Amino acid sequence: MITSLIFFWSDLSPMMWFGLKLAQVAAFVLILSVILAFLILMDRKVWAAVQMRRGPNVVGPFGLLQSFADLLKFVFKEIIIPAGSDKSLFILAPLITLVMAFLAWAVVPIAPGWVMSDINVGVLYVLAISSLGVYGIIIGGWASNSKYPFMGALRSTAQMISYEVSIGFIILTVVFLAGSMNLSEIVSSQAGGFYNWNMFRFNPYNTYGWWNLLLFPIMFYMGILFFISALAETNRPPFDLPEAESELVAGFMVEYSSTPYLLFMFGEYLNMTLMCAMFTILFLGGWGAPIEIGVQFIPPVFWFMGKCLFMFFMFAMVKAIVPRYRYDQLMRLGWKVFLPVSLMSVVIVSTIVVFAGGAS
Amino acid sequence: MSTTEALLEGDDRNFTINFGPQHPAAHGVLRLVLELEGEVIERVDPHIGLLHRGTEKLIEHKTYLQALPYFDRLDYVAPMNQEHAFCLAIEKLMGIDVPRRAKFIRVIYSEIGRVLSHMLNITTQAMDVGALTPPVWGFEEREKLMVFYERACGARMHAMYFRPGGVHQDLPQKLIEDISLWCKQFPEKLNDIETLLTGNRIFKQRNVDIGVVSRQDAYKWGFSGIMLRGSGIPWDLRRNQPYEIYSELDFKIPLGKNGDCYDRYLCRVQEMHESVKIIQQCIDMMPEGLVMSKDNKVTPPRRSEMKQSMEALIHHFKLYTEGFRVPEGEIYSCVEAPKGEFGVYLVSDGTNKPYRCHIRAPGFPHLAAMDYLNKGHMLADVSAILGSLDIVFGEIDR
Repeated sequence: MITSLIFFWSDLSPMMWFGLKLAQVAAFVLILSVILAFLILMDRKVWAAVQMRRGPNVVGPFGLLQSFADLLKFVFKEIIIPAGSDKSLFILAPLITLVMAFLAWAVVPIAPGWVMSDINVGVLYVLAISSLGVYGIIIGGWASNSKYPFMGALRSTAQMISYEVSIGFIILTVVFLAGSMNLSEIVSSQAGGFYNWNMFRFNPYNTYGWWNLLLFPIMFYMGILFFISALAETNRPPFDLPEAESELVAGFMVEYSSTPYLLFMFGEYLNMTLMCAMFTILFLGGWGAPIEIGVQFIPPVFWFMGKCLFMFFMFAMVKAIVPRYRYDQLMRLGWKVFLPVSLMSVVIVSTIVVFAGGAS
Repeated sequence: MSTTEALLEGDDRNFTINFGPQHPAAHGVLRLVLELEGEVIERVDPHIGLLHRGTEKLIEHKTYLQALPYFDRLDYVAPMNQEHAFCLAIEKLMGIDVPRRAKFIRVIYSEIGRVLSHMLNITTQAMDVGALTPPVWGFEEREKLMVFYERACGARMHAMYFRPGGVHQDLPQKLIEDISLWCKQFPEKLNDIETLLTGNRIFKQRNVDIGVVSRQDAYKWGFSGIMLRGSGIPWDLRRNQPYEIYSELDFKIPLGKNGDCYDRYLCRVQEMHESVKIIQQCIDMMPEGLVMSKDNKVTPPRRSEMKQSMEALIHHFKLYTEGFRVPEGEIYSCVEAPKGEFGVYLVSDGTNKPYRCHIRAPGFPHLAAMDYLNKGHMLADVSAILGSLDIVFGEIDR
């Protein structure tokens, strides 16, 4: 199927290629947005369930249309731009956040061959784009010309940069093991069943042989670190300092309302789903089935979405349970715990890869 | 001087921000002017008065009974505890004896008020450090307690249930049984909330060694209640100056050790457990009898009597038009309210209205210490400390 797809694309005329790609992108954005609408509802429902509330249940059956009602509400509100703000940047900031959040999805493989752009440095691309996403927050906080947003923006910048470093190292370990930076290849390197996934690689019969028994605890730990760093990266509790309600009210979003606010929130949730997808790809074997016997009739995209959904559920649960870190504690955790640990793991994993004669 | 020049000359002014009054962690209408050096607090300046209603002055123009509802509106988290102090003051001045059953009912409802207040406080303290689930769990229990309020007096918050001479009405037997049932299930619910907080590493990191109050400073700042006991000072008016029937009851006074936010949190949790024990004991020991003094100069006669007796009718009319007269004198009476020592200083000139009624709100000195408590901490700690002070603006601004 993959080869036929490749031939299909290469045989097209440039104009046709462009048109089709554009249609593909539009369809992808639309589908992603609709899925996200329901994910936001799920987030709220999970949160409500933990708190013994009912959650949204008025709009549509079981509140299924709540997100769409919210969308309408936000869109029809008046956009308030503070008098002292830098108006063009003020509007630009949420756009950057949203566009960057969508851009990163371009390289995410959802099933074999189902990827917008199958570039061979996908990992680097995702890292680069998610770093650019910080600009939305900085610009938003600065352009508001107000004190709370400014502090929120400062915090957020420091936080995202700190955790980007450790996230980079954690991803490196996976890249070493897979021997590729292409996300599709990273997924296919984990094929075969859940014991090949990076999170639980205790199958002694693949490339690394019995080394896997050493790799398993390291990679399991890396998976957990990645999850926590992803929380920090997406400004979710316990790392939601940029928008800490009890300190900074809403952080960089204080001055935002109606559609620009919606774009910020949308971008944020999109980043969250991206992190879920990244976790699925890097540690949970992407579209691969947990056990590959007797489940061939289930399309791979189902597994991918199921795993993403599970990760999203974890995100929602964390939000409901934990208190928030303080700024200095967050920094300490990032630089004094995560960075050394992930750096150590990179050294160990690369050593194993070299000596065990792995894929690279 | 332009900003650039100022920067070049090293004029690094501090960052001043307004914390409140429209701030989710300001616990009502507090406005704090914070001076920050980066994220570190240099100075905290609490601005109060946004909820000032002139309660003390208003009381001077109301009869004693009409003044009572103002006390519900002070610390509106635990209304009956405030009424209690005012009733005690009047009773002491007039020398009224309160029937024994009324004393038990008063203690039960004072302790319910304590649980109401502490429950709100520990869960909002959790919310101030970012945990959003405990408040919702806690509110379910508070809801049950407010229903008990309602079943006793008809109002969920502004009860006006304690009256000079006793309590307004007797409790129905079913209500007493329900309170007893609640006492049995509550500790379990409290433990559930504790599982989210007490052992939680992040919660500990945010509260341990934050806002430490030494023993000497606790005295100096005029603290009371949990703010004293959190620093390890054994002072509780229920034990040290027993009123009502507290001396007959068996309960412990939990003490903290380090005087930080975490110790204060633990003290409050333990006090709730003790309160439940007190309520249970009161229910077990409660005698039958009157709940209101028989002295019809102070307490209204029963309605059935009014149909028969001319004197009762006159008493009723006089009480609800002129009110009762309190003999000349002055008195300070205080109770251990959930937030600390709640005192009423009452001056009577022998008429039917108080000449002066000063209210000692426990939250006031606690809030005054905000600068001392916060100096050198970080911005995020302001809300944690504020949460552990247990501030309610109704009583501070009065």
